[in-house]
Amino acid sequence: MQIAARPSPGWVILDIAGDIDLANSPAMRKVLLGEIKEKHTRKVFLNLKNVRYIDSSGIASLVEGLKASRDNGARLILYGLSNSVREVMELSRLQKIFEIYDSEEQALAS
Amino acid sequence: MQPPAELLLRLYLESNPDALCMVRATLQRATEVVHFPEADSRAIVRSVDEALANVIRHAYKGQGGLPIEVTCRRLFGDSERKSSKGLEIVLSDAGIAADPKKLRGRPLEEIRPGGLGLHFIKQSMDVVEFRRKNGRNLLRMVKYLAPSKPEEKPEGD
Repeated sequence: MQIAARPSPGWVILDIAGDIDLANSPAMRKVLLGEIKEKHTRKVFLNLKNVRYIDSSGIASLVEGLKASRDNGARLILYGLSNSVREVMELSRLQKIFEIYDSEEQALAS
Repeated sequence: MQPPAELLLRLYLESNPDALCMVRATLQRATEVVHFPEADSRAIVRSVDEALANVIRHAYKGQGGLPIEVTCRRLFGDSERKSSKGLEIVLSDAGIAADPKKLRGRPLEEIRPGGLGLHFIKQSMDVVEFRRKNGRNLLRMVKYLAPSKPEEKPEGD
């Protein structure tokens, strides 16, 4: 898994690529919580277009990020979900809990 | 009566999270050999991955280098029970015994991290059985192939 940040004043896009699983979800969690809790970024966009797989530990990290964003008055916004990632969101019944958009344009306009 | 089966694959791995991506890739190929549709294939791979993650995290308490065995058998079914064709996967580990109370998953209404892996497995597989035998945890999961639709005859035949 690779994570690249595209920062702007007040917001950041985190481009994530590869699989998010037990081996690397702690790394994603650290970056995500760092943006929200330490950098106090108001809007964190997660670009999941190039994520082929996410497991329950990855979902747990996203839920932690969502809770942290709510506690800190920030927004966590996901976009570009593959079929695989969307299926896992639906299995978890989390698709209505997260802010999810199809494209970067729609996410940035939200 | 158990349906006829043949050994398709046996993997020996260590309780290292970095091994999971290789198991997923191998399992993906095995599901293609058995002709599962893409969504079922993803469900099987997801279930095995989550089950292995549970072994690493809970049975072995995150300790690396401990043995896990994954055995896949292709189920051929029989002429009377066509739906029993599919894939059987058995995970075996020598970790601490699983607590049956923790094998029930958790209510999804609670929005909190953790506890989703078992839910994914139960939602995705047709059979999920756990037992403890000779000091080992054995998790048996089966996914059946959906019966193929009968071919439509052209009009006029």
